[in-house]
Amino acid sequence: MDKIIELKNITKSFDGEVVLDNISLDIYDNEFITLLGPSGCGKTTTLRLIGGFETPDSGDVLFMGERINDVPPHKRNVNTVFQRYALFPHLNVFENVAFPLRERKVPREEIQQRVEEMLAMVALKGFEHRSVTSLSGGQQQRVAIARALVGKPRVLLLDEPLAALDLKLRKDMQQELKNIQKATGITFVFVTHDQEEALSMSDTIVVMSEGRIQQIGTSQDVYNEPKNAFVADFIGESNIVDGVMLADRSVSFSGHTFPCVDGGFGPNEPVDVVVRPEDVDIVPEEKGMLRGVVTSVTFMGVHYEVIVDIGGFKWMIQTTDFVDVDEHIGLVIEPDAIHIMKKSEYSGLYGDYASFSNEFDELSDAESEGEE
Amino acid sequence: MTAKKKRSSLVTGLAGGPYEVWAVLFILVPLGFVAYYAFTDNDFRFTTANIVRFFTDTSTGGDGSAVRTYLVISWRSIKLAVISTVVCLVLGYPLAYIISRASAKAQKTMMTLIMIPMWMNFLIRTYAWMTILQDTGILNNLLAGLGLGRVHIIGTETAVIIGMVYDYLPYMILPLYSIMAKMDHRLIEAARDLGCAPAGVLRRVILPLSMPGVVNGVTMVLIPSISTFYISQKLGDGMFFLLGDAIEGQYVANNLHFAAAIAFILMVALLAAMAVMRYFTEKHTYGGL
Repeated sequence: MDKIIELKNITKSFDGEVVLDNISLDIYDNEFITLLGPSGCGKTTTLRLIGGFETPDSGDVLFMGERINDVPPHKRNVNTVFQRYALFPHLNVFENVAFPLRERKVPREEIQQRVEEMLAMVALKGFEHRSVTSLSGGQQQRVAIARALVGKPRVLLLDEPLAALDLKLRKDMQQELKNIQKATGITFVFVTHDQEEALSMSDTIVVMSEGRIQQIGTSQDVYNEPKNAFVADFIGESNIVDGVMLADRSVSFSGHTFPCVDGGFGPNEPVDVVVRPEDVDIVPEEKGMLRGVVTSVTFMGVHYEVIVDIGGFKWMIQTTDFVDVDEHIGLVIEPDAIHIMKKSEYSGLYGDYASFSNEFDELSDAESEGEE
Repeated sequence: MTAKKKRSSLVTGLAGGPYEVWAVLFILVPLGFVAYYAFTDNDFRFTTANIVRFFTDTSTGGDGSAVRTYLVISWRSIKLAVISTVVCLVLGYPLAYIISRASAKAQKTMMTLIMIPMWMNFLIRTYAWMTILQDTGILNNLLAGLGLGRVHIIGTETAVIIGMVYDYLPYMILPLYSIMAKMDHRLIEAARDLGCAPAGVLRRVILPLSMPGVVNGVTMVLIPSISTFYISQKLGDGMFFLLGDAIEGQYVANNLHFAAAIAFILMVALLAAMAVMRYFTEKHTYGGL
């Protein structure tokens, strides 16, 4: 695969605040790559650098090997689907989609044909003469996608395009975007703070935090082999506890020594241990490797979310077996369910469910939707 | 539900009451009086003589031939008003755009600076321009001091236009600014993203989206400037008698009925002009291509 965009050692600050801190990233032709992170992590700024709306303080943006730091947006072969769509309210659906073609003085018949094609692709045939302000959110979204693709860009940038849609529509659009990407073969660079969305759509996920790239990998990589506590916590649910690597394939945490599959650490090296909530089995107390008391049980539909207090550290366990609050239970963790990470600046910040609540999560989600 | 609805409509009705009374007393009734006076003689008998007089009165023109007095005045009023409005638009549009894109604090400061002249009395502003533009005024002294020679401005159409532009520029900037400040900056980014150079962004996005502001600004400047008076008397040295001056003159001379007739004709002409303008801009703004 060929590199289509390269970001080299890019630093960018606004009003003295560092937003991107020495970022380097290669984007390959034909891939669906997602920039994932919480609000303020620099993902939107990265997208705007590629679109040409920001210039880096230092470092280079390369497009097919050519430095494009100072090329203005209208001269880049890159189009953007903006957050909240940015459709032109004075133009109807047809003219919104035809906008880039008219600018390039494409012949009238060709415009007609290409716009019709695009509208058919996004299932908006027959909407040509409708006012864009009369469309639903999902329909506006489709117009924005058609408008960004009609000029046949090499790369499509999508800035949280699904954030304003409701859950059901969002799921449909995720699938549709994925299909469009496959059908057109255009490289998609997708920005989101929604880890589920990132996992289900992407070929490559770039996890960002505080202006730095934390991990680049496939969905499976970042879920199963998170590089540090931040990635483990941000992607899915994780119990992250302090441990000590006794030897290769042997780790001690929470007062018990577990066999595991990782190795290559120093003798007695302190590490972060990640155990996903779905990988913990509940057994009768006397059979458990770890023992604890259930402090809360929440029914989630497919499973129960159980918070267990083990020696003062709250674990989250997802199980289909019902247990009751205050029940004493035992836990079993298989070797391949244990993931060992080197200590990082994020150690100790995440992974304890002592202050966990669903409501809290939703609040922070709503906030990040307002991100510029 | 229906009871609640009824009550809320009663409440809004009561709340709107004073404004309706105001509108009837101070807008509709006076307009009715203008029309009534325009179509009656001194004994309040119906007549169209005042209206006819407007179109037929003649006087001796500059070249000695007979001209239709009030049609000449009308033409002059319209010409100066249109020139002033165009100058206001040309000066105001870029300024409004620059202000709308500045930081919030800078926007506030600049808007205050634009409003400050409006706090001063209209007569004082006009007198100030007299002292600036006079043959021995500030401007000429400055030019002479710089060795550039004097210019004769006072008593010319240019002086009247300067005075009108100065007075009415804020009325152009305010509606333009309020529309531009609301404009979504993302639309401009989207246009650039889709291949527009800056000139294309202006032509294809900013101009069409600011059309309602242009219509409002033009309305707010054209109407008062077409019926303005006093500026022409003072800065035009009495050389450029305008419709507003004619109305004032007839009123002062106690010719209330003819003054009302001039005002009535002006009003009808303006309403017609605005209706035509709105029809075309609405088509232009929302009709698509």
